[in-house]
Amino acid sequence: MNRQVLLGAPLALIAVAVLAMVPFHADGYVLSLAISILNYTVLATAWALFSGPTRYVSLATVAFFGIGAYTVAVFGEALAWPLVLLIALAVGVVVALVVGLSTLRLSGVYFVIFTFGLAELIRQLVTWYEVNITRTLGRYVFIDITTEQIYWQLLGLAVLVFLCGMLIRRSRLGLALRVIGDDETVARHVGINTTTAKVALFALSAVFMTLSGAVMAPRWTYIDPAIAFNPVTSFQVLIMALLGGVHRLYGPVLGVVPLALLFEYLLANFPNHFSILIGLAFMLIVYAIPRGIVGLLEQGRGAIRNFGGEKRP
Amino acid sequence: MSASHLLQVSGLTRRFGGLVAVDGVDFAVNDGEILGLLGPNGSGKTTVLNMISGALAPNDGTIRLRGAAIHGLAPHRIARLGVARTFQLVRVLGSLSCRENVLAGLAFGTRHLWGNAAVREAGDILDRVGLAGRADMMTTELTYIDQKRLELARALALKPQLLLLDEWLAGLNPTELLQGIELIRSLRSEGVAILMVEHVMDAIRSLCDRCVVMNAGRRIADGIPAAVLADPEVVRAYLGDADA
Repeated sequence: MNRQVLLGAPLALIAVAVLAMVPFHADGYVLSLAISILNYTVLATAWALFSGPTRYVSLATVAFFGIGAYTVAVFGEALAWPLVLLIALAVGVVVALVVGLSTLRLSGVYFVIFTFGLAELIRQLVTWYEVNITRTLGRYVFIDITTEQIYWQLLGLAVLVFLCGMLIRRSRLGLALRVIGDDETVARHVGINTTTAKVALFALSAVFMTLSGAVMAPRWTYIDPAIAFNPVTSFQVLIMALLGGVHRLYGPVLGVVPLALLFEYLLANFPNHFSILIGLAFMLIVYAIPRGIVGLLEQGRGAIRNFGGEKRP
Repeated sequence: MSASHLLQVSGLTRRFGGLVAVDGVDFAVNDGEILGLLGPNGSGKTTVLNMISGALAPNDGTIRLRGAAIHGLAPHRIARLGVARTFQLVRVLGSLSCRENVLAGLAFGTRHLWGNAAVREAGDILDRVGLAGRADMMTTELTYIDQKRLELARALALKPQLLLLDEWLAGLNPTELLQGIELIRSLRSEGVAILMVEHVMDAIRSLCDRCVVMNAGRRIADGIPAAVLADPEVVRAYLGDADA
C-alpha cells in the first residue's frame, strides 16, 4: 500500500501538471473535447463512488448535474462565482439527502426506476415553474468565465473526486459500502448503520455531480430544462463507468476517454443516427465486457502471471 | 430479578399475516450458559433468533439484554450491544477476502478496531476458528465448512456477550463436528453465552446446559437436555403420537 502511494503520488502530480498545461497548447476544438472528457470523468467517477461498491445503480446523475447548471443560470449574474458554487453545492446536498433518505430503502430495479423518475420529476418541476411563474422557458447564462477557466475548474474537481475516492477506500466507510454491496443483511448484523453509510455517500457523489453541472453551465450560454436535465446524460455516465469498470477508482476514466471520443465522432458524422448508434454501443459493451476494461486488464495480468508460473521449473 | 439474566425473552410474538410463527414465548439465557433452542422444522426457532438480532421486529412481547429493552431496535444497534449471529444459510461476503470479512466485524461493532491493530486481531480470530493462513483467500474459494468457520469468525469479531448460532453445526462430518463442538465449548469457557438452534443431538447433549423446545410457535419444554429430550410432549412434537 505504502509503496503504491510513494510511486503513485509523484506520477499523479506530474499527470495533473501536464493536464493543467493543456489550455496553453491546445486549440479550441481540442480544449472543448478535453472539457467534455473531464466533465464525464468527474460524473462517472462520482457515480462509481456510490454505485460501484453498493451496486445501487443510480440514474439520477443528470438530476444533480441539472440542479448545478440551473443554480448558475439563476444566481450566476447576481452573485460572486464562489458563492454561486456554494449555493449549488448546498442545493445538491439537500436534494441528495431528501432523496437518499426516502429511496435508499428501495433496492435493485426499484431504486433504478425511482432515480430515473426523480430526474424526470425535477425536469418537469423546473419546466412548470419557468412556464407558469417566470413565463419564460429558457435562460441565458452570461458569466465572465473563459473556456480555460472552466477546464481548470473541472480538473480541480476531478482531482478532488479522486482524492475523496482514495480516502474512502481506506476508511471504515469504504469497507462498510463493500459489505453493503455484498449483503445488506450481514452489514446490519455486524453493526453497520447502512442507511447513514448509503445516504452519506450518495450525497457526496451528488456534490460532485452538482458542482460539475455548475461549472459546465457557462459553456452553453443558453439553457432550458430539456438541455440541463437531458436523461441521456445519466445513461452515458452509467455506460462509461460500466465500460471502464466500477470496482477500481481509476476504472471509470478508462471508459470515459474512448466513449467521449466515440460520442464526439458520432455526433459530428452521424447526427441523425446518434441515438441508434449509442444504443448499439451500450448493448455491445454490456454484452462483450461485463466486467469493464479494468476486468479485462486484470484478467490479462492474471493470465500472464499464470503463464509465467507454468513456465517456471 | 430480570436484570440478573443476560437475555430475558417474555411473551415474544410474531405474526406473518394469519400465521402466528412465534406465540408468547418466554425464556432466559444466563451468563456463561449454552442454551439450545430446539423444535421441529417450522416451529419458529429462526424467527426467534431474527427477533433477538433485530432482523425482525416482534408484534408483541419484550426482549431484554441485561435488563435493557432491545426489541424493535435496528440490527446494527443490537450488534453494537454485543449480540452476534450466524445464519442458517451461510452468508459470507463474496467479494471480500477472509480477512476483510473479519475486519467487517471488528470495524463497526463493540470494539471499533481499525488499521494495523484490526488486521492483527483478524489474523488471531481466523487462527482461532481454524482458518490460519487463509486470510488473503477469497471466500468463494472456501469449502462449505470453512465458510461456516469464517462466518463464526466474523461473529466473534464483534466480541459478543451473546452469540446466536443458527444450525452452525449442520452439515459437518464427524471429525469436523467434534472440532466444532470443542470450539463452541471453548467460547463458553471464555464467558460468551450462546443461544444455539440445533438439530444435531450429539452436540445438544454434550454442549447445552439447558434446552428450550418449541413447537408450532409455542414453548413446550424448558430444562436440562436429558429431561427435556425425554419429555413425552417433546417426543410427540418430533415423532407424532407414539402409537399412531
